[in-house]
Amino acid sequence: MKKYSDLEFLRLSKWQKFCYRIIAFFCGIPGAIAGFFLNIGKTIQKGFQSFIAELKDIAITFTTGDWKTKVSYIVMGFGNLTHGQFLRGIMFLLFEIVFLFYMITTGGYWLSMLPSLGHQGPTKEYNAIYDQYTTTYNDNSFKILLYGVLTIFFIVAFIYTWRANVKQCKTINMILKRGGKLKRSGDDLRSLVDESFYKTLLALPLTGILVFTVMPIVFMVLVAFTNYDGAHNGYSNALFTWVGLDNFNTLFSWQSAGGGQSYSATFGEILTWTLIWAFLATFTNYFLGMFVAMMINKKGIRLKKMWRTILVMTVAIPQFISLLYVSKMFARNGLVNLTLQGMGLINSPLPFWENPMWARVTVIIINIWIGIPYLMLITTGILMNIPADLYESARIDGANGWQQYTKITLPYMLFITGPYLLTSFTGNMNNFNVIYLLTGGAPTNSAASGAAGSVGYTDLLITWLFKITTGAESQYYLASVVGIMVFVVVALISLVVYNLLPSIKNEEDYQ
Amino acid sequence: MATKEKTLVETQQRHMGMKALNRISNTAVYILLTVISIVWLLPFAFILLQSFRVESTSPVGYVIPQQWGLDNYLQLWNSDFKRWYINTFIIALFAAVFVTIIQLCMSYTLSRFRFKLRGPMMRFMLILGMFPGMLTMIILYRVLADLGLTQANAVPGLILVSVASSGMGYYVSKGFFDTIPKSLDEAARVDGATRLQVLYKIILPLSKPIVIYTILTAFMGPWGDYVFARYVAFGTSAGYNVAVGMYSWLTNDQIAQMYTTFCAGGVIVAIPVTILFLCLQKYYVEGVTGGAVKG
Repeated sequence: MKKYSDLEFLRLSKWQKFCYRIIAFFCGIPGAIAGFFLNIGKTIQKGFQSFIAELKDIAITFTTGDWKTKVSYIVMGFGNLTHGQFLRGIMFLLFEIVFLFYMITTGGYWLSMLPSLGHQGPTKEYNAIYDQYTTTYNDNSFKILLYGVLTIFFIVAFIYTWRANVKQCKTINMILKRGGKLKRSGDDLRSLVDESFYKTLLALPLTGILVFTVMPIVFMVLVAFTNYDGAHNGYSNALFTWVGLDNFNTLFSWQSAGGGQSYSATFGEILTWTLIWAFLATFTNYFLGMFVAMMINKKGIRLKKMWRTILVMTVAIPQFISLLYVSKMFARNGLVNLTLQGMGLINSPLPFWENPMWARVTVIIINIWIGIPYLMLITTGILMNIPADLYESARIDGANGWQQYTKITLPYMLFITGPYLLTSFTGNMNNFNVIYLLTGGAPTNSAASGAAGSVGYTDLLITWLFKITTGAESQYYLASVVGIMVFVVVALISLVVYNLLPSIKNEEDYQ
Repeated sequence: MATKEKTLVETQQRHMGMKALNRISNTAVYILLTVISIVWLLPFAFILLQSFRVESTSPVGYVIPQQWGLDNYLQLWNSDFKRWYINTFIIALFAAVFVTIIQLCMSYTLSRFRFKLRGPMMRFMLILGMFPGMLTMIILYRVLADLGLTQANAVPGLILVSVASSGMGYYVSKGFFDTIPKSLDEAARVDGATRLQVLYKIILPLSKPIVIYTILTAFMGPWGDYVFARYVAFGTSAGYNVAVGMYSWLTNDQIAQMYTTFCAGGVIVAIPVTILFLCLQKYYVEGVTGGAVKG
């Protein structure tokens, strides 16, 4: 594609400019993706280089250090302790003792079982005296995987701490050589509310995230490579084990699943609808919300506060009440159908939730009802921030309302709300509540009956994932694969859009 | 002379025309806004009206009850609804306290401190956020089950889960802290204040809006939480929250008996939350307009 300079670009007609921008956007996509992988390569290279540098530093510290430093390589915190930094020294030493104790007592076992996820499942033995079968439970794949992951986390933490311990010895030696004064335990404690106050503040939130988000996600990503499901729960019925890429093969295979269409066709259908839904849900809400906000903001409209409060009130009412109620309102024997029938407008009930097309349109319309108040709030603030003199001068130049909107309001709004639109798009892709509480995925897609969970026409990937895990067979491994695919799609979209958004590139300009 | 007068008349006419046009468009806007308000409020009015219906408990084709009464509210009182309501209230209360503390710690740190791992940490959390949170449910359920925090004991488990990862939602309050000038901190630091003192003597008093916003959103969240609550309390009514419990009333086999009770429950759930929300509306609007956009 030919790249125009600024001057050449300005000479183009409006239509050409528009085309140019569109083409530039799509031509930018391969570049953005290539740039991403190039960046990954660079990061790996950098990481490798710094790893070598670390090793070198460790070796040099060892050879140049005194005997206290050398002992610290085995007894962590020794350097600190012998130089009077008791608090740090004791922390290091304690951590080492706990680590070694854990590894010897249980950690080693979990780690050694990790490659197989257990050898012996539950066994049944016939007991003649009581005339019944007694079950002995042996290995527990679930625990092995869970504690195996935890142990690896622990080992990484230990290596990091050990490295910190070595660094400490190096700095102690350097400070002493310069004739400086070492920090005492009291200084360390004081710094926790001063220079290193951030460590105190972050301790709790980061622990929570590590234990309740990072670890579960690592675990679930690993589950995608096992056959963990309801029939192999790893303990009470059968062990599960590693299966490599089999589950990905299942999801992407063209073979028909259980008599219906193949998994890949089902996945493709759901993904397409998820993307269409996310696009429509985001932009209908965005433009209509902006429209409502502009109406309320319009000069000469009174009772602005009242209109706003009426809409905002609907934000306060918990979504499950309004969604469930509206869902029943549009049901076959719901209020809407019965009222229309009573008025004689229709003879048979309208298939709001029975016909795939009707259901999809209804879901989007109800989502507008849910989303507009929120968007109205967001856009109101930004609309009021647009300098009034821009409109003033546009009016003097003879611009009509529509021109003012497309030339001033819209560019300004898009520029500022670009990042919000992106997060709202990905949020809508994962909008479990609206879909599940309104339709539960219905109407059922009979062609996809072979796929796990009962797939429906309004199912998003996220509701499908939920159905897979709560269905009769509880195919956790498949849910995990679907979850990974959701991540891949969201990450790809975010990456491409992020690299093309003006307000991200010029973040500083706008601030 | 004549031409001048003519143009003057013309402009006057145009002015009049503009005014008329303005009046017409304003009327149109009023009509539209009224329609919108009605459409938005109507379902809630329906819920309210149907909660007083006595003559039948199933969905019917009219809204205004033929026989008014408090039967549905009595029915609520005699059902498990009390338990669900208390469960949700406890979760919301704890979440409001701990989520606020955790989120404010996180966002304040990321806004004010510059340390080596800050950038990588924020990028890492952005990537973590792209995983569907539902994925973690499976393992968290098993872990909570091992700890004995599921089914009837679901409440502490739900509090734990809803609080633990709340640090990831730091965006809005970080946006707020970014707007407080850093020179304030620096001035205090020059005067010998520690970072801790800066936080509670200078920043916190200025942060009332964002603290209230965080408390409000954290308190409102658990009232609508359906999916994880259902997963954790699976099948045990004593551990339900209002969303899970009331959802079970609208299943095909229960809806004929419980539909109006659902409406009554909806009213009871919505009233306190809505009143609280309307009282603190100002802070909510500030938080949403200020923080949601900057990200």
